[in-house]
Amino acid sequence: MGEKILMKGNEAIGEAAISAGCRCFFGYPITPQSELPAFLAKKMPLVGGVFLQAESEIAAINMVYGAASAGVRVMTSSSSPGISLKQEGISYIAGAELPVLICNVQRAGPGLGTIQPSQSDYFQAVKGGGHGDYRLIVLSPSSVQEVIDLIRLGFDLADKYKTPAMFLAEGMLGQLMEPVDLGDYKPNIPDKPWALTGCKGREKNIVTSLWIDPEELERHNLELQKKYAKIKENEQRWEEFKFDDEAEYLIVAHGTMARIAKSAVIKAREEGIKTGLIRPISLWPYPEKAFANLKNIKKILVVEMSMGQMVEDVRLSVNGRVPVEFFGRAGGMFPTVNQILGKLREIK
Amino acid sequence: MHEEMMIAGFGGQGVLLIGQLIAQTALVEDKNVLWMPAYGPETRGGFANCTVMVSDSDIYSPVTSEPTSMIVMNLPSLNKFERSVKEGGFLFVNKSLVNRDVFRNDIDSICVPVTEIARDLGNVKAANMVALGGFIAKKPIVEFKTLIDCLPKVFKGTKEKLIPFNKEALLKGAEYVKGM
Amino acid sequence: MEKIFGMPKSLTAKPFSFCAGCTHGIIHRLVAEVIDELGIKESAIGVGSVGCSVFSYEFFDVDMASASHGRAPAVATGIKRARPNNIVFTYQGDGDLAAIGTAEIVHAAARSEKITVIFVNNAIYGMTGGQMAPTTVLGQKTETTPYGRTVENQGYPVKMSEMLSALDGSNFIERVTVVTPAYVNKAKAAIKKAFQYQIEGKGFNLVEVLSTCPSCWGMPPLKAMDWLKENMLPVFPLGVYKDNGNK
Repeated sequence: MGEKILMKGNEAIGEAAISAGCRCFFGYPITPQSELPAFLAKKMPLVGGVFLQAESEIAAINMVYGAASAGVRVMTSSSSPGISLKQEGISYIAGAELPVLICNVQRAGPGLGTIQPSQSDYFQAVKGGGHGDYRLIVLSPSSVQEVIDLIRLGFDLADKYKTPAMFLAEGMLGQLMEPVDLGDYKPNIPDKPWALTGCKGREKNIVTSLWIDPEELERHNLELQKKYAKIKENEQRWEEFKFDDEAEYLIVAHGTMARIAKSAVIKAREEGIKTGLIRPISLWPYPEKAFANLKNIKKILVVEMSMGQMVEDVRLSVNGRVPVEFFGRAGGMFPTVNQILGKLREIK
Repeated sequence: MHEEMMIAGFGGQGVLLIGQLIAQTALVEDKNVLWMPAYGPETRGGFANCTVMVSDSDIYSPVTSEPTSMIVMNLPSLNKFERSVKEGGFLFVNKSLVNRDVFRNDIDSICVPVTEIARDLGNVKAANMVALGGFIAKKPIVEFKTLIDCLPKVFKGTKEKLIPFNKEALLKGAEYVKGM
Repeated sequence: MEKIFGMPKSLTAKPFSFCAGCTHGIIHRLVAEVIDELGIKESAIGVGSVGCSVFSYEFFDVDMASASHGRAPAVATGIKRARPNNIVFTYQGDGDLAAIGTAEIVHAAARSEKITVIFVNNAIYGMTGGQMAPTTVLGQKTETTPYGRTVENQGYPVKMSEMLSALDGSNFIERVTVVTPAYVNKAKAAIKKAFQYQIEGKGFNLVEVLSTCPSCWGMPPLKAMDWLKENMLPVFPLGVYKDNGNK
């Protein structure tokens, strides 16, 4: 255990990335994550790293593709509209099986929307976003300490499975300041014999997402699916909160939304509504295993800062065993503790 | 102990800074703590506010619709947030920039001319510290001594020279409130 | 008997898939010869693009990445910044570099990226079947300018070498062609210079190579070479547009 220090979410992303051995960052300014590039612009040169402000989000994600091809830990970050622009590059990165970390500090959409926090990029993050049969590992932090932990985990999982990972936070968390313990952390970066380093003493390496022969491309897709199945089996992560034998109602919420929902759970218990909570930490793979035992649960309430996206994955996981209700708000507004309580009383 | 405090005023009045000072102090006192600035449209037009939570138990929701205590540094902030203070809570008002009384009678409130006190001390910019000193004197959610010890955590580098004056402002605020 | 001529080491044994008479093959060979002669095969990293050059990763026997359409300069930037000691080049066509990838090439040049760009300009989209390119000349008929390119409808061809040489960040820009043996020799010298500068730590370096597309231009290879001389050279004059090394 190290000393606890106060840190803002956006800075914690940068601090954690550097501690995880990330030495290349390519990005483009957008609110509400601009403090992160500013932080890294200051810090990267001090650790011998690269910080480059690209001419566009599109260029940035392709620089990330290049640096990942060259075998280094690399990250980009943006907010919703910018992440939309990166989707082509993300699809290529998934196709070429490159380990990268993409941060999305979400704001509300669609379109230019507003800069207030939101969870409305859930579908884009977990269901694809770009073209083709691919998946992103998607991690959703709920506190500044978890920002540190999940950024490090994101790099590790990306390297382990040679696949892009996304760190999906809400704008609120980027601004929030909380105590964190950076710990005594040493990154464990695997060898990357496939990387482009110059072909000295070996056959040449190729990084590509092009398989022009349909049979070869199908084989490539089957390999990708095998990898995704492995991730689905091994990397489901979630937190349970008061999801005990007494619980009759279950709230499902992720990210900062789950924190508000936890306060609602405590108030609900005070007035006798026996409520528990599941907080998915990995949004893909979705923690289906968390829903294995629902025998005491009468109803599930999914709460999101969107018009209802994750609720679909809850329904798939529950598969009709228990009714699933939804409450959400959009546009940068978020369900309050009292609103969640009201909804609980209503469905009871 | 679970405090959900809000500090509101004009941009430039240092409301975010005194929020951070409380947060740093609470951390030193080994309490759970959270600091969050308002951002987005609310920060436009020259207004600033932040939420500071200090607790002996885990802090879940980072937002509150019912702050248990509040410092307002100007009239627009009082008009906007007075209603939200939790019943039985505490409201500290900068009387220098607020030309009306507090309407609520179900909360504890105190009005102190912090801007004038700071001007008399020699720098109107220290009004935030006068307010914080006065607030803590009345509502000791952190120890006054630790608060002073933590000044170097928010005044770093070239700003270090500001510490003695801000310490004086904190003390002056506390002294004024104790004398009321 | 001593072997005095053979395949460059930096080309694989894989036969080119280009159409008969296409000059991509010559340009690939020149790049490979230069890599051999400069002794950088083991440190070179190439970035292919989208278009007829999309399979360049199969032909160059060096480490290769393939980029999405237009983004090769950004990918090359990522590689070069991550591995500054490697020699990084892109190989891009006119649709890729001068249309969809305009922003990436302009900003790579503005940043003085220490990379080498081989820009093959054949005034048409070859891979997709002969549509108008940003470099299609006025009057030229393509699948999408069946009545010929007009100023009123499609505006003027884009002159990338002229444009990029105006940026302070560019170090070496030359336009060459490969339609006669003499031109081929000049093209090779330019390509060599563009790599040599990068070895010396200078950027940004680009060689624009005017190339034929007999298939999409709809004419035999020899006629295509004449067509290039008559129709492209007046619009895209050959020569050195920027050479900071000679200052």
